[in-house]
Amino acid sequence: MLAKDFLTVAIFMIVGIAFVTITLIAAWVIRPYRPSAEKRGTYECGEIPTGPAWLQFRVGYYIYALIFLVFDVEAVFLFPWAAQLLKFKTTNHALAVLGFVDMVIFVAVLAVGLAWAWKKGVLEWK
Amino acid sequence: MELDLLIKLGLELGKIVVIAIVVLIFMMVAVLYMVLKLRWVIARIQSRLGPNRTGPWGVLQTAADALKLFQKEDIIPCGADKWLFTIAPAIVFIPAYLVYVVVPFGSGLTAQSLNVGIIYLSAISSISVIGIIVAGWASNNKWSLLGAFRGASQLIAYEVPTILAMIIPVLITGSLDLNEIVSSQGGGIWHWNLFHLSGWPMLPLAFLMLIIAGLAEINVAPFDIMEAESELVAGFNTEYSGMKFALFFLAEFAESFTLSAIVVTLFLGGYQPPLHILGGQLTGLAFSAVSLFWFMFKCWLMVLFIMWVRSTLPRVRVDQLMNLSWKALIPAGLVNLLLTGAYVVFWMPK
Repeated sequence: MLAKDFLTVAIFMIVGIAFVTITLIAAWVIRPYRPSAEKRGTYECGEIPTGPAWLQFRVGYYIYALIFLVFDVEAVFLFPWAAQLLKFKTTNHALAVLGFVDMVIFVAVLAVGLAWAWKKGVLEWK
Repeated sequence: MELDLLIKLGLELGKIVVIAIVVLIFMMVAVLYMVLKLRWVIARIQSRLGPNRTGPWGVLQTAADALKLFQKEDIIPCGADKWLFTIAPAIVFIPAYLVYVVVPFGSGLTAQSLNVGIIYLSAISSISVIGIIVAGWASNNKWSLLGAFRGASQLIAYEVPTILAMIIPVLITGSLDLNEIVSSQGGGIWHWNLFHLSGWPMLPLAFLMLIIAGLAEINVAPFDIMEAESELVAGFNTEYSGMKFALFFLAEFAESFTLSAIVVTLFLGGYQPPLHILGGQLTGLAFSAVSLFWFMFKCWLMVLFIMWVRSTLPRVRVDQLMNLSWKALIPAGLVNLLLTGAYVVFWMPK
């Protein structure tokens, strides 16, 4: 059953890849190809480009990315918990209460982390 | 005997391929119409005429544009990374299309109802940010790179509020399956998650969060800082032309339909009619047709709402954008999550 479910996803992916490939190839057959130095130059608002763009760059969201990672991993735990809580409530109420308390602790730990980052000033975009 | 099995398997596969192609065609037609509608709506709001020359009332305008893009010369800048430059549109487009697997277009009209529907949705739709980074980096253009970096920080900032908003209906319904979430909202407008009194005020708050964060996820104005025309030329797709640009464009509008579909499914009753007498008493194929109509109608209203927002509000600054997510939406989302959890465990009627 599960395998069949994801077979559909796989087939959608194949159809998507086929669509992209076919349109790109068809456009490649139809379109003209007359390159020139100006056309192939990097666009910098009409100026002659100064140096490549592949240089060391101050990644301002480095800390954001770290915090995001924590929260995104959290989401992986949240979804199964959210889907099961109602079922536990009807079958075993004590377990549901326990699950809720666990989630309060879990979110509190995350919130402390977020508050720390906030206080530390890493959530300021500079 | 084995031949029988093979034929059966082939038929099954063929059926799925046909469904996939139908969904693809639907997506194309929807995007063509949405681009046209957007230009009409924005023209109307800005007291202009908008496209009205190509075909009656200009209805063929986007089709003509698509044809034109199809035969445009494809320019790859000499400094660019040729392969990554070519692959990037595919990385953006294919996830935008894959999301449509789980969208419940109507009763029994889902390509494949997955029991992990919402996880699938958020997982797949976040792949496209990789394509945006690849596009920005491979172009070897400063505007593209800046746009891609902005885009990455924006998309990761709004991924979390989106998830925190989508989880509220999951808690109330107790299922990750989009079809089950929709069927739990049947019976009239007051059973829809947004208007359901017992879920107040957590569900309306989540609805608001999903719309704000969703607008940022699909990067339309007022959250379009990654392709801010007045600052970055066109952002990550500055160097793209022809069919590759068309794929980016297609993906962008497909995502904006997906956002409408998700909001409608989770909060506005999905394909359920607003009153029971408006189709709720039907069964089988008739109900499928009626529910398809209601789903499309609600999505259309939602799409119009997005167009209204994007043509009315000014663009936010980068730091405002980041603050809104990290300092307002995420804390609010966490509080909302715990409130809803407590509500489900202690107070919700069985």
